[in-house]
Amino acid sequence: MSFRKRVPVALAAGLAGVLALSACTAGSLGTSSSSGGPASAAANVTITLLTDNSDQTAKPAQAMIDAFNATNAGVTVKLETRAQGTDGDNVVKTKLATGDMADVFQYNSGSLFQALDPAKNIVPLTDEALMGNVQDAFKSSVTAGGQVYGVPFGQAMGGGILYNKKVFADLGLQVPKTWAEFMANNAKIKAAGIDPVIQTYGETWTSQLFVLADFHNVTAAQPDWAEKYTANQAKYVDEPAIKGFQRLEEVKKAGYLNKDFASAKLTQGLQKLVKGTGAQYPMLTFAVSAYTGMSDDAAANIGFFAQPGDDAASYGLTAWSPGALYIPTTTTGDKLAAAKKFLAWVATPEACDAQSKAITPTGPYMIKGATLPDGLPTAVTDLKAFIDDGNNSPALEFLSPIKGPNLEKITVEVGSGITSAADGAKRYDEDVKKQAQQLGLEGW
Amino acid sequence: MSSPTSSRDGTPVVLRRAPRASAEHVDRTYPLWFHIPGGVIYLVLFIVPTVFSFYFAFTRWTLFKATFIGFDNFVLFFNEPGLIGSLRNTLVYGFLTSGLKVVLGMLLAVVLSAPIIARGYLRSVTFFPVLVSAVGVGLTFQVLLDPFNGVVNKAITAVTGGDGPGWLTDPNIALLSVVGIDVWKGIGLATLIYIAGIAAIPNEYFEAARVDGASSWQVFRNIILPLSFPATSTVIILSLIGGLRSFDLIWTTTQGGPGFASDVVASVIYKQYQAGFYGLSTAGNVILFVVVTAIIYPLSRWLNSKETAL
Amino acid sequence: MNAMRSTTRWLVGLSGMVLTTVLFLVPFAFILTMAAKDANDASLLEFSWPAHFQLWENVVAVFQARDYMLIIAFINSTILTVASVTLMVVFGAMIAYVLDRRKSRLNPLINTFVLAGLIIPPAVVPTIWVMQSLGIFKSLVGLILIEVAFGLSFTVLTMRAFIATIPREIDEAAIVDGAGPLRLFFQVVFPLLKSVIITIVVVQSIFVFNDFQNPLYFLPGQQNATVQLTLFNFQSQYVTSYNLLFANILVITIPMLVMYVFFQRQIVAGMTAGAVKG
Repeated sequence: MSFRKRVPVALAAGLAGVLALSACTAGSLGTSSSSGGPASAAANVTITLLTDNSDQTAKPAQAMIDAFNATNAGVTVKLETRAQGTDGDNVVKTKLATGDMADVFQYNSGSLFQALDPAKNIVPLTDEALMGNVQDAFKSSVTAGGQVYGVPFGQAMGGGILYNKKVFADLGLQVPKTWAEFMANNAKIKAAGIDPVIQTYGETWTSQLFVLADFHNVTAAQPDWAEKYTANQAKYVDEPAIKGFQRLEEVKKAGYLNKDFASAKLTQGLQKLVKGTGAQYPMLTFAVSAYTGMSDDAAANIGFFAQPGDDAASYGLTAWSPGALYIPTTTTGDKLAAAKKFLAWVATPEACDAQSKAITPTGPYMIKGATLPDGLPTAVTDLKAFIDDGNNSPALEFLSPIKGPNLEKITVEVGSGITSAADGAKRYDEDVKKQAQQLGLEGW
Repeated sequence: MSSPTSSRDGTPVVLRRAPRASAEHVDRTYPLWFHIPGGVIYLVLFIVPTVFSFYFAFTRWTLFKATFIGFDNFVLFFNEPGLIGSLRNTLVYGFLTSGLKVVLGMLLAVVLSAPIIARGYLRSVTFFPVLVSAVGVGLTFQVLLDPFNGVVNKAITAVTGGDGPGWLTDPNIALLSVVGIDVWKGIGLATLIYIAGIAAIPNEYFEAARVDGASSWQVFRNIILPLSFPATSTVIILSLIGGLRSFDLIWTTTQGGPGFASDVVASVIYKQYQAGFYGLSTAGNVILFVVVTAIIYPLSRWLNSKETAL
Repeated sequence: MNAMRSTTRWLVGLSGMVLTTVLFLVPFAFILTMAAKDANDASLLEFSWPAHFQLWENVVAVFQARDYMLIIAFINSTILTVASVTLMVVFGAMIAYVLDRRKSRLNPLINTFVLAGLIIPPAVVPTIWVMQSLGIFKSLVGLILIEVAFGLSFTVLTMRAFIATIPREIDEAAIVDGAGPLRLFFQVVFPLLKSVIITIVVVQSIFVFNDFQNPLYFLPGQQNATVQLTLFNFQSQYVTSYNLLFANILVITIPMLVMYVFFQRQIVAGMTAGAVKG
């Protein structure tokens, strides 16, 4: 067959064409995009830091880098950003898997960190001197297999309820210590023509707060719940964990939500809260920096309380550790040394001050000796009180590596009244099972 | 570049003259190496990774390591609570968008092929939505269809006095709203294919019809409809495959929500991919592949046979 | 009779104009007005004339965002679109032509591949592995070839339907004149495909230029961003700046709009020519 003879010739011709093309386009790309070029002096090492592109992360990261570059000769840090949320998770995982990660990268601590297979992909920092500056409370959330891998970046957060103090004062309400008080408040707020509880399912992740921020109440009722959960012995369909789903269902059934709950987004939710058309917003405290600019009195007028449970005696906060900076194992040689130098600086109070200048801190730092500036928003001082009192428990994602990916969809369903709390909890238990199997945990 | 045309296959003596000569003639006129340049790119960057993925569908894959687990992924996938709903949604979405594009695209093309005023304007305008990316369209309609502040519902309130529906937030109609957006965005392409198909019909047919005094309906029924059949089958196949695999528009409008109400198989797969369940997600790919093939393959054979019959 | 016809023409034309304007143009007018508003005005989501018309400021802001990333993105997207669509059209036409003209034992296999290319969702990570081993991951060349691979099926399928309408006698005549296959194809057949080529160029350019997922996965990194990724960057921040979001949508839609307006005449011209030749 003549076909066989012609294959190599044609193949060569085709390849030649492709190569010619690639040479041409690669060249034009090179001229259009390479702005820096290789460093002229070998003495200066340039490393890149990859963070997500939210203002809450990118702004303080840039401020920290600027301060570092100004004082540390020999090492220059450059910022690169990526998408946030689940897309961002994908970017990080893909980059690690393909050996393409930046020299230093920012990522969540806790269960998301555990899913990165740290032993294989991240440089352990356990024996580095810089770890002496990191608060012990933080270390567990970046520890895997006995090694510590990350330096905290940003501030601790609380999950709970942001509330409008003026609305509370006008109606003569007290900050609730139990769920019953919370619901009694809601009835009065609703009677006054104000939406008691703001929900914003236009951004689905915001729907998880009632479940996630209830975790302090779960541990209070059953201290070893997280361990049992990891070992496949405790379930969300059972007490006490199902309470979070039931609370979500309860506020919806009672008609306490804003009417545009299904489409509103975080910013709109915060606007309602600041304006006082909504009284309370279950939220993470990182959102504080997003509302302080909305009106002159927003910083002072919005307060924060932990999500109340059944028992006033065990009332306390569910707390989130900040994200961390990690060095991937693909960073070696001079760059590794430079990266460690940079992280050593990140773990200093000066680095925290640089962050505070870039963006209003929304909680305490996890670096020893770091202080917060004066004149903080009310919600942050409210949060700080819980942390200073030690009246708090870490969120589940810092105690167990398992978090089902569909929780936010399920909480939207329960919170919109599409399914019942019992069905939602059951569905989430199945969701969690996949994650546990993926992680290869015992007992699943 | 040496010309393959000169490498003539001259070795065997031509014995059976006629068939041999014609085979050689075909070979020389339509050389098979024409398939090679495109084929190599396609095989290396599409077929090879796809074959790889069939292996990974049977593993628990964390990107860092893959453990062979047999059919577990498929079992898990079928236990996925949303799967049955998403399978139904996929079929609804695929057949609705495809059907609407076929019918409306044909109608629009016939109108836009007729000598009406402002034909150029109308052709352009119906094609405009095709020019915007799915991300852009999704974001725009999210804003337009906002249940309380959106332009559409404000207009409805102004006319009827009542609240408009939660187009993308009511679990009962979210999927249908996305279908509507998809048709809005894709109709221009279907129309374009039809217009090209109608333009390819030789003018004699229309001349003859005019001489015979055929009505517009008769022209449509007996000339346009049968002779634009290649265009019809292209529109059907492309829009049905597009609809069954559709993901980007659903993702930029509802993300499969509220809850799981507008999830299709492709968005379930993507969510599992996002969650890091690479093996499971790849198994979902295989399932989607089987579903689409089971529908498209017989359909395309049938359309082909009708096409050659014409 | 004639009067009635022209009345119908006017009626159909007019009602068509009104209907399509409302259905198809209002969303564009909405994008345009939103892109010209200030942030507060835009956050109301209303379809109204901007209180302060600042389209230019918004466009400038969008271009300045992230160190003029949008300009680099435009260069990248242009190279990507032109190169991949050219390859797709030439290679696709060659395949479609031989596939239609020649009965071969390969044809069922090629037909299966064409359909498979339309049906099978691409597998991202295995594709990245293959690209890495070829040294084309994270390069514009790699992404160009990816778009070619993913777009070839559509091109072949569409081309083939139209090549089937070109009479074989034309080929025969050229052969008699002594043309080899390359000359026959590129000088005789290829020009006849003009109208379908324009269609494919328009459709595939739109697809590649508007593609968002493939650049995200196969061409990561800030310096390599394509225009859709700039929109993606704004998407995460847009709740506070709808005006910039819509300005971005507007800016990255304009090239396709211009291309379409430019090519549309040629589509019509090509079609008229075909009709005259009949």
